[in-house]
Amino acid sequence: MKRFADLLELLALTPSRLRKIEALKRYFTEVPDPDRGIALAVLTGEMDIRNVKPALLRETVLREVDDTLFALSYDYVGDLGETIALIWPHKGEGELPSLSETVDLLNRTSKAELPKVIGGLLSQAAIHERWALVKLATGALRIGVSARLAKTALAEMSGVPLQDIEEVWHGLKPPYQNLFAWLEGKAARPDIDHAARFHPMMLSNPIEDRDFEKLDPKDFSAEWKWDGIRVQLVMGPQGVSMFSRTGDDIGGSFPDVVENAVGEAVLDGELLVGHDFDAKSFNDLQQRLNRKVASGKQMQELPAFVRVYDILFDGREDVRALGWEERRVRLEKWFAAHPQTRLDISEILPFADWEDLGRLRRMGADEHGHEGVMLKLRTSPYVPGRPKGFWFKWKRDPNVVDAVLMYAQRGHGKRSSYYSDYTFGVWKGNEIVPIGKAYFGFTDEELKQLDKWIRAHTTASFGPVREVKKELVFEVAFDSAQKSGRHKSGVALRFPRISRIRWDKPAQEAARLEDMDAFVG
Amino acid sequence: MGFLIDRNLYVPAIDAWIDPAEPKPRAIITHGHADHARSGHGSVLATPDTIEIMKVRYGVDCAGRFEALDYRTPLDIDGMTVSFHPAGHILGSAQVLMEQGGQRAVVTGDYKRLRDRTAQPYEAVDCNLLVTEATFGLPVFQHPDPKFEIGRLLKSVEAQPERCHLVGSYALGKAQRVIALLRDAGWDKPIYLHGAMVRLCELYQALGVELGELLPATGMPKAEMMGQIVIAPPSAIRDRWSRRFPDPVVCQASGWMSVKQRARQALVELPLVISDHCDWGELNTSILECGAETVWVTHGREDALVYWCRQQGLDAEPLALPGLDDDGGEGGE
Repeated sequence: MKRFADLLELLALTPSRLRKIEALKRYFTEVPDPDRGIALAVLTGEMDIRNVKPALLRETVLREVDDTLFALSYDYVGDLGETIALIWPHKGEGELPSLSETVDLLNRTSKAELPKVIGGLLSQAAIHERWALVKLATGALRIGVSARLAKTALAEMSGVPLQDIEEVWHGLKPPYQNLFAWLEGKAARPDIDHAARFHPMMLSNPIEDRDFEKLDPKDFSAEWKWDGIRVQLVMGPQGVSMFSRTGDDIGGSFPDVVENAVGEAVLDGELLVGHDFDAKSFNDLQQRLNRKVASGKQMQELPAFVRVYDILFDGREDVRALGWEERRVRLEKWFAAHPQTRLDISEILPFADWEDLGRLRRMGADEHGHEGVMLKLRTSPYVPGRPKGFWFKWKRDPNVVDAVLMYAQRGHGKRSSYYSDYTFGVWKGNEIVPIGKAYFGFTDEELKQLDKWIRAHTTASFGPVREVKKELVFEVAFDSAQKSGRHKSGVALRFPRISRIRWDKPAQEAARLEDMDAFVG
Repeated sequence: MGFLIDRNLYVPAIDAWIDPAEPKPRAIITHGHADHARSGHGSVLATPDTIEIMKVRYGVDCAGRFEALDYRTPLDIDGMTVSFHPAGHILGSAQVLMEQGGQRAVVTGDYKRLRDRTAQPYEAVDCNLLVTEATFGLPVFQHPDPKFEIGRLLKSVEAQPERCHLVGSYALGKAQRVIALLRDAGWDKPIYLHGAMVRLCELYQALGVELGELLPATGMPKAEMMGQIVIAPPSAIRDRWSRRFPDPVVCQASGWMSVKQRARQALVELPLVISDHCDWGELNTSILECGAETVWVTHGREDALVYWCRQQGLDAEPLALPGLDDDGGEGGE
């Protein structure tokens, strides 16, 4: 347990991604089964200790600590788990059981006995072990480590490609002994039910102007690029799961989709919201994404659906090796055999040549707010990762606006001594109102220049934030603009980045708020 | 009610103020931290070490007149007896005891009970009225053994010999304590100092606190700073100043570092829970030990400590004093 507590602490406090990976590799290499597998489950969010809920922990601690003192402390610390870990009044010198024994103990203990058992463990633990123990028990780590990072460490440690690990991941269960045995070359790849789990997705590459000369339009099919989130539906007798691109199961937040989808298949598509398959903006989808559990009202106002564009398994048959055109035929047949209320097929856009498609792309952007078009090689198999030459995204040109730098904030990690996060705004009458924030789009050399400029032009400091003279203009590129009640300007930008620093441009010539209306879709 | 001091820490019988935030004709100063010791008073009564510290920080003429009073030496002023007793917070820090007509009032200033060779060790003083600080006045504060924390720093240095460890420490008190802890743990290489630390470290050494070899951190070739330990003010360790060091590990020595979310927000990679104040348990012990019936709580999280005192049947109330540092800094440094 001590080793696990040390790992969690290091992961929570080390800003460097590389160092986090190094620490994970060391842990997975040095710690034996089954502890390392339990740790992996905790880090990837696969560990659920059913009976331990925050209320139970609170009850445990209130047996030992005055409730007013607890409330004052919680108010100060702000995090329930951390408050409990810090306030526990008995200092432990004892050895905690190992990680797997601890998990086992928590799982075996009845609800009625749990406060006593947890209290006993807390009393045995040193302070930072208590912190790990509470994090473990509640499952809410909040230490800035994603499941993907943990799997990346496994890949680096073993030399097995990350894709191959993700390929089997969803068929495995903690403590993952078969996975580790495979990664260490001691056993064959785990044999799992391939139709019933998440499969890593196929991704596209942006198309460059010079690519068009080399590509024959006849070899490609085109579809709209939908502005939702990419999902994979795994449907079968076991039920329907819906996974995000990173393999997280997000079906629980979208019961309107998973409870209404019928048939057996693995499908690839875009999650959208809207009535009668009429997609609303990403902003609307975001309101659903932010919720773990969807309310009835939300599902009525923003019903979710999936626009399907590919099929990976037709029934139980793996069709990924077939060409795109053959898969498309399979997809259409499958839809004909399984009528759906929450799934539809992404339409094919007929076009004669690249120029024709370019016109279509502009029209789609202007009239319907489409993000662009997707090009798919008719013969391409479904290959996980980002293979070259198969799928292309042809995004519409970004919008740009000249905005004035207002505030700068210190960055994180390597950039923590630089002011690298910028808030910028546009004119509203005689004042400047913020429209967005960006922290990339410039080179390291430009960052140094900006940092210097900011330090020389600071008018006020608030903690890590500096307000600067409203003199420096950024050309900001962004994908779209939305109305927003949260910003003083009433406008928020989607995916803003600094495209150029306009050292030459006077702030008076920056955009005005009225100019933004043209972008709000 | 006839207390010897009022709720602004004014002592009417002798027309003096304890740690006043504004210049006053007569001030009694508990210790040298900036939120307790200010320049511009008419006369200052303090321990000899505190007076030396004030002179180094603010200049030899920062007060009209200095009067040095050793620990445990009663001084009679206009019929009231005033004496200083070690507070264990930093070098020269004192609790102020006032006695008159059978009443005894103690103002602790900042204090800690843990032994520390850079400060005269705390002594409990019996009294009727105790004015105590509450910087860490919540039961979530349980300071670990500082030796253990220094051990974590040394382990980190050993495990990452290619990086330079920057330890954020307040210039007065904390810096010298961290250095002493490192020496006592066997670290005998030179320790490198930010410019803001130098004069106070020299003063500590002149006053007899052994700190070993100290060198300026600036002007060293980057490569030579691998595997070294640098002590710098917290404001410098994440700023431009830190870019001169090889791949620095940002450490901070402070009682606040026990709250991990705080350490994360402050971008501290290695938090060291080393505090120059009492933790919750030590505050409780000190209050019970001095036998006071009345407790005034100031300087920090008063609510919880006042609540706890009342549970013990003591008369307790919070004082809202201007100018005393509340959140984030220890002793305002």
